[in-house]
Amino acid sequence: MDQIVIQTINGLVNGMVLAVVASGLTLIFGIMDIVNFAHGDLMMLGAFVGATVLGITGNFWLALFVAAIVIAMLGVLLQVTTLRPLIGRDPLTTILATFGISLVLQKYALWQWGPTVRKISEPVSGQFALFHLQYPWYRVATAILAGLIIGGLWLFLKYGKYGIWIRATTQDRVMAQAMGIPVPLVHTAVFAIGSAMAAASGVLFGPFAGVTQTMGSDFTLRAFIVVVVGGMGNLGGSILAAIFVSLIEAYAALVVSPAQAVIVSFVVLVLTMLFRPTGLFVPTPK
Amino acid sequence: MLVLENLNAHYGKSHVLHGVSVEVRAGEVVGLLGRNGVGKTTTLKAIMGLVRRTGGRITFEGRDLTGVPTHGLAALGIAWVPEERRIFRLLTVLENLRTGLDRPGLDERKRQELLEKVYRHFPVLRERRNQAGGTLSGGEQQMLAIARAMMLEPKIILLDEPTEGLMPRMVSQIREIVHALHRDGVAILLVEQNVPLTLEAAERLYIMEKGVVRHHASAAALRADQRVIHEYLGV
Repeated sequence: MDQIVIQTINGLVNGMVLAVVASGLTLIFGIMDIVNFAHGDLMMLGAFVGATVLGITGNFWLALFVAAIVIAMLGVLLQVTTLRPLIGRDPLTTILATFGISLVLQKYALWQWGPTVRKISEPVSGQFALFHLQYPWYRVATAILAGLIIGGLWLFLKYGKYGIWIRATTQDRVMAQAMGIPVPLVHTAVFAIGSAMAAASGVLFGPFAGVTQTMGSDFTLRAFIVVVVGGMGNLGGSILAAIFVSLIEAYAALVVSPAQAVIVSFVVLVLTMLFRPTGLFVPTPK
Repeated sequence: MLVLENLNAHYGKSHVLHGVSVEVRAGEVVGLLGRNGVGKTTTLKAIMGLVRRTGGRITFEGRDLTGVPTHGLAALGIAWVPEERRIFRLLTVLENLRTGLDRPGLDERKRQELLEKVYRHFPVLRERRNQAGGTLSGGEQQMLAIARAMMLEPKIILLDEPTEGLMPRMVSQIREIVHALHRDGVAILLVEQNVPLTLEAAERLYIMEKGVVRHHASAAALRADQRVIHEYLGV
């Protein structure tokens, strides 16, 4: 019983971080039909920038903020130079392009920061007793912060002027242009927002497992599972799927080793593709 | 005001417009008639920069539209009501309208004025303002598509088959709004299959066949002598 409660909390915390990564990914896919294989690497780079800023200033929150801004700007650069010219082309070209970006970013990180694991220290110290173990407050704080980021994104999309532009462009790019919405600018802005969210989750996740240049690949994979399970381009679905997949992995880790528990999410992915290819958390299309 | 000179356009490799010349003067309602697939919709899409123009010129108020991106046309005063209506299905009715209101140089009072104006014309849109656009009926979606275009305060509306598939009651509402826009001095380039409606609403008509304009006459002349219409439209 204790174990189940602990794993539920673990699953929720991991799920919230994954939800921030995946919502950026799904937002970008929804609006540009771009499958961004470099998304996890933007997260990784964000974590490194965060670790560097933290090393200089000692301020975690400043590191979080700077990482988000720097990676957003990198996102703008990547989108304008590499992805904008490819919009409307065969999806395979954008897959290859983002895969290439992913490799470049990983090797850059290796060259710049080396192969050793960087540690980001927790900004919130202290633990509380959870049955037989001491549970760090930082994990709880991370889940709350991730929730705030997602909530903020939702409010922005729902009520903000630019949020309406983004939703309109996602639904009908051509009609949005005809209404005078500067669609190329909206695309770039969305890529920047998605990149900033990836960077923020990288910094938030840093204290859990340390920062390495390969941490991104793992997250790209997991975020993709979530995006497919939640329904491609569906923001709410992705968030639910992130929590769902993370919980299932957490429970599976009770029975098998955590490394094997990852298999469970692939099983979920395959079952979703077989029986609900439009996603688990979207109404069945009529 | 809007001048198409010898316009050529391609869809992929197929040549769909073979030199279309059409002119719409300020405040004028001009009809574009023709059977299915003769290039009427393509002509409007070419104006909107949505099909590849391969020859000829489009000017609006003397300004060449070559190189103006689609999203730059709204600010010049060109609005498009496409055949498929293209409502933003997951946006509410009000949000659909807002896509045309959140532009520079429009204060809150002016926005309310514009909204009130379309709500007066289409009271059903006020009732359903918080409902998702995709849940509206076909006729209501058509009204929303026209109302959304009106949010841009356009000088010209490219209106593509607004009465297609609508009930007679809805058709008469569309007729009224076309008249109202005309009274307000908005020019309309009206693509229609509904010949009586077009003859009544438009001042001049162009009849297209196989990607070119075959005939051009005043509505009065065509009303008096409908043989040309029989010839090209078979009605």
